[in-house]
Amino acid sequence: MDVPVIELSGVLKSFGPVDVLKGVDFKAYGGKVTALVGDNGAGKSTLIKGLSGVQPYDAGVVKFDGEVVHIHSPRQAGHLGIEVVYQDLALCENLDIVQNMFLGREEITELTLDEASMELQATKALQSLSVRTVKSVRQKVSSLSGGQRQTVAIARSVLRKAKLVILDEPTAALGVAQTEQVLNLVRRLADSGVAVVIISHNLGDVFKVCDYISVLYLGKMVASVKTSETTQADVVGYITGTKSMDGASA
Amino acid sequence: MSDVKISSGHEGNVRDQVTAYFQRIKNGEMGALPAVGALVVVGALFSILSPFFLTKLNFANLFVQAAELTMLAVALVFVILLGEIDLSAGVTAGVAMAGFFLLLHGGTNWIVALVVAFVIGGAIGALIGFFVARIGVPSFVVTLGLFLGFQGLQLVMLGEGGIFRIDVPEIKSIMNDNLPTWGGWVFLALMLVLSAAVSFWDRARRARHDLSNRPIELLYAKLAVFAILGGTTVYLLNENRSQGFASISGVPIVIPIAVLILFIGTLVLDRTQFGRHLYAVGGNAEAARRAGIKVANIRITAFIICSMLAVVSGLFHVSRLGAVEATAGRQIVLNGVAAAVVGGVSLFGGRGRLVHAAIGAFVIVMIENGLGLLEFPAGVNLVVTGSVLILAATIDALSRKRGNGARS
Repeated sequence: MDVPVIELSGVLKSFGPVDVLKGVDFKAYGGKVTALVGDNGAGKSTLIKGLSGVQPYDAGVVKFDGEVVHIHSPRQAGHLGIEVVYQDLALCENLDIVQNMFLGREEITELTLDEASMELQATKALQSLSVRTVKSVRQKVSSLSGGQRQTVAIARSVLRKAKLVILDEPTAALGVAQTEQVLNLVRRLADSGVAVVIISHNLGDVFKVCDYISVLYLGKMVASVKTSETTQADVVGYITGTKSMDGASA
Repeated sequence: MSDVKISSGHEGNVRDQVTAYFQRIKNGEMGALPAVGALVVVGALFSILSPFFLTKLNFANLFVQAAELTMLAVALVFVILLGEIDLSAGVTAGVAMAGFFLLLHGGTNWIVALVVAFVIGGAIGALIGFFVARIGVPSFVVTLGLFLGFQGLQLVMLGEGGIFRIDVPEIKSIMNDNLPTWGGWVFLALMLVLSAAVSFWDRARRARHDLSNRPIELLYAKLAVFAILGGTTVYLLNENRSQGFASISGVPIVIPIAVLILFIGTLVLDRTQFGRHLYAVGGNAEAARRAGIKVANIRITAFIICSMLAVVSGLFHVSRLGAVEATAGRQIVLNGVAAAVVGGVSLFGGRGRLVHAAIGAFVIVMIENGLGLLEFPAGVNLVVTGSVLILAATIDALSRKRGNGARS
C-alpha cells in the first residue's frame, strides 16, 4: 500500500476535563474516498478541526505525505493542501461562481484583477469534474441550487490543488437527484488523485461512494475497514458501540 | 474531459446578448434600471409641468445642486456595501471643514489646510472603523453617537450659529465657475477614450486566454450612447445660460471632479482585490473570513474612504456657499442614504454600484428642484422624496423575491 496522504496516530484533544479525542489513529489515501462516521459527540468535528488548523491537537503525530507536520492555523493547512468544505459552504451569494472560487486568492495582473485568467481556470476546474449542471461560470451564487453550490465549493478545492479534501456532510441538505450528482462529483474528485474524507450520517451514501470507513466512538477509532469487507449492520454496530474491532487498520 | 461546455455569458451574437440581458432583468437583477426609469419619468413630468425646468440655466443648476448629494451618496456606498451605515458622514465633513476654516483663519496656506481637512476626515473614518471592526459596536450606534457629538464639536470649533466666509478663489470656483467651452469637450473626449481603453483592455485579456468576447457592436453601441448623452450635456452647458448681460457658459468645474472620482471609485470596486473583498464581506462576512480575507481591515478602509469622500462633498458645499457653517451636514446625510437606496444599492450589503447612488442622487435633486420651480412648499418636497424612497425599496424587494423564487 502506498503512503497515506494523511496519517494520524495517537491524537489527543481535550477541552478542560473532557477528553474528546483519546488517542485516535486515522489514515486517508490519495485517490480514495474515506468515510469518517460516528454518532454525535464521537469527536468527528474535533478531529476535522485539528486537520484544518482551527483547533490544533494536544498531542499525537500528524504525517502529511509521509512527513511529520504540525498544523497550527487554517492558513498552514491550506499551504499543505488541506481543504475543508463545510456544511454551510461559505459562499458569497452576491458574487458569481468565478469570484467565489477565487475568493481570497484573486489573481492580479497589470495591477487589476485578472478576470480572464480566473474565469478560464474556474471553467477548467469545473470541466475536470465533468460538471454538467452549471450553465455559466458568471452566474451569481444566489441563483444556484443546493447541489450546484456544493459543486462550486468542491470545485474550489480542485482549483486550489488540494491533496486532501474534507467534506462535512456534503449531502445533508440535498434531494435525491442532487445527492447523486454530488456523490458522482466526489468520486471523480478522488479519481483525480485527491484523498477525500467524507463526514456523513447517511450510511447509504457512505456505502455508495466510499472505499474505506473509519468509525469514531467516544473519542476512539473503533474500526477502520474497507467498504467492500463490511456491512451496514456492522458499521451501525461500531457506531453505536455494540460491536468493536481491536487493532483496527485498513 | 473538456467536452463539457460551460458558458461565461460572453458568447453569442447581439441578439443572444440582448435576450440574456432581458432574462437577467426578469430574474431580478435590475441594477440601475428602476432609478434610470425614475429619472426619465421625473424629468419628463417636470418638463411638461414647468416651463422653467428644461431651460439651460436650470439644466446647469441641476448638476451643481446634485454634486454635493452625489458625492455624499457615493461616499456612503462604500460602507453600505458592507451592510454598515455612516450617519455621521455629513457632520464629519462639517468638522473637517471647520478645521479647514480655523487653519485658514490662522494664516495657513489653503492647500495645506485642505490636506489637513482630508486627514481629519480620514482619521474620523479610521476611528469609526476601529469601533465597528475591532470592538464590535454596531456602526449605526457609533455613527449616531458621532452624529450628535460632531454637531456639538462644530459649534465648539466655530462658535454658536456662525457662518464664516472663505475667501479662497480656487475653492469657490469649484461650484461657481465653469470650464472654457473647449475644456468641456476635451474632458468628454478624455472620458470616452478612457472608457473605451478599459473595455478594449478587457477584451484583449480575454482574447489572450482564448475566451469569447461579447460582440464588438455592443461596445460601440455603449460608447455611442455615452458620446451622445455626454455630447448633448456638454453642448447644452456650453450655450450661454445667462439671463443678464454677462454671458455664462461652460461645464461647471465640479462636474469633471465628480465624474473622475466616480470613475476611479468604480475602477477600485470592480477591478481591484480590495473592491472584490469589499463586496465579499458585504455578501457573507463569515465566508470572506474563511477565505482568508482580513475582514476588519476591509471594514476600516471602507469607513476611511467614506469619510474622506464625505469631506469632498463638504468641500463642494463650502464652495457653493463661499462659507463654512457651524450647522453643516445635519440634513444631507439621510438624503445621501435615500439617494443610494433609490439608486438600487442594498442596505443589507453586497449589492450596488457607485453610479447607482449618483443616479439616485439626481432623482432626489430633480424632485427638489422641480417642485421648487412649481412653487410647492418645502413640505411637499419631503413627502414626495419619502414616497419615492419607499417606492424604490418596494420595487427592489419585489424584484428580488421574484428573482430568488423559493430560495433565500
